[in-house]
Amino acid sequence: MFEAIAFYLFAIVTVAMFLIVVFSKNALYAMSALAGGMIFIAAFFFMLDADFMGVVQIIVYGGAVMALYAFGMMFFDTTRDVKENIKDKRIIYTLGTLSFILIVVIMSAPFISDHIKALYPSLPGVGNPQMVGYVLFTKYLVPFEVAAVMLLVAMIAGIILVSKKMDQSITTMPEVDKKIEAEEFDIKDAK
Amino acid sequence: MITLTHYMVLSGILFSIGMLGVIRRKNLLMLFFSTEIMLNAVNLGFVAVSKYIGDLSGQMFAFFIIAVAASEVAVGLGLLVLWYKRKQTIDLDSLQSMKG
Repeated sequence: MFEAIAFYLFAIVTVAMFLIVVFSKNALYAMSALAGGMIFIAAFFFMLDADFMGVVQIIVYGGAVMALYAFGMMFFDTTRDVKENIKDKRIIYTLGTLSFILIVVIMSAPFISDHIKALYPSLPGVGNPQMVGYVLFTKYLVPFEVAAVMLLVAMIAGIILVSKKMDQSITTMPEVDKKIEAEEFDIKDAK
Repeated sequence: MITLTHYMVLSGILFSIGMLGVIRRKNLLMLFFSTEIMLNAVNLGFVAVSKYIGDLSGQMFAFFIIAVAASEVAVGLGLLVLWYKRKQTIDLDSLQSMKG
């Protein structure tokens, strides 16, 4: 009973949050709604007895990824509304509705295979974080190490990409100002 | 009683919301947000299956998806900042440089 109430409550709130992300014109509102939606997804993970995944979701998505987006948005002008040049709305919404129906129908199909069996079943009396530790550091050790190297590569790539021309201000770039001035002069000359 | 189908349908709904965002949005930052929604929807599906089959593989897969998503955001935002410095816009149409 409580599970059903929690499920429907969090389902409605999560869908509402993600709809705000997709339809909001303001980038800041979209980011805040995305952060909220991530936290509500973590609530589902706790309901599904995946405590470790829930905590990782809150720390990585609610914390790290959102902080990264917040830092990234300092580079862009976020106070203005996002202007988007959408050419044909009818095609977009038709395709969106069709794919929505298709995906939901596929997902709601029942599992009829009898051959699905647990490869790494949970042991009785062992908590979820401990069990995740056992499986992660035995069967999935190599992917885990590869993921660590991948995160290191991503970190270095992020630093290298953003730190280029860090000493220059993007909003007041002298060469861009000169270019704009030259173009204005050209227009005046043409007149 | 909440069954696996409930979770799978919710996962599908969230995934389609993300996909609608990917189709609809023209701002690259908003496109990033929409891909995050899609990745989260898939994670939810994986963890739900993992619970109802009693197997931890689904949770492991979701864990690695989170790692990939985090590194994707780091590299993607770096490229986005670089593009904004060059073109002063993050509109998707500004990426189109070939005439045709």
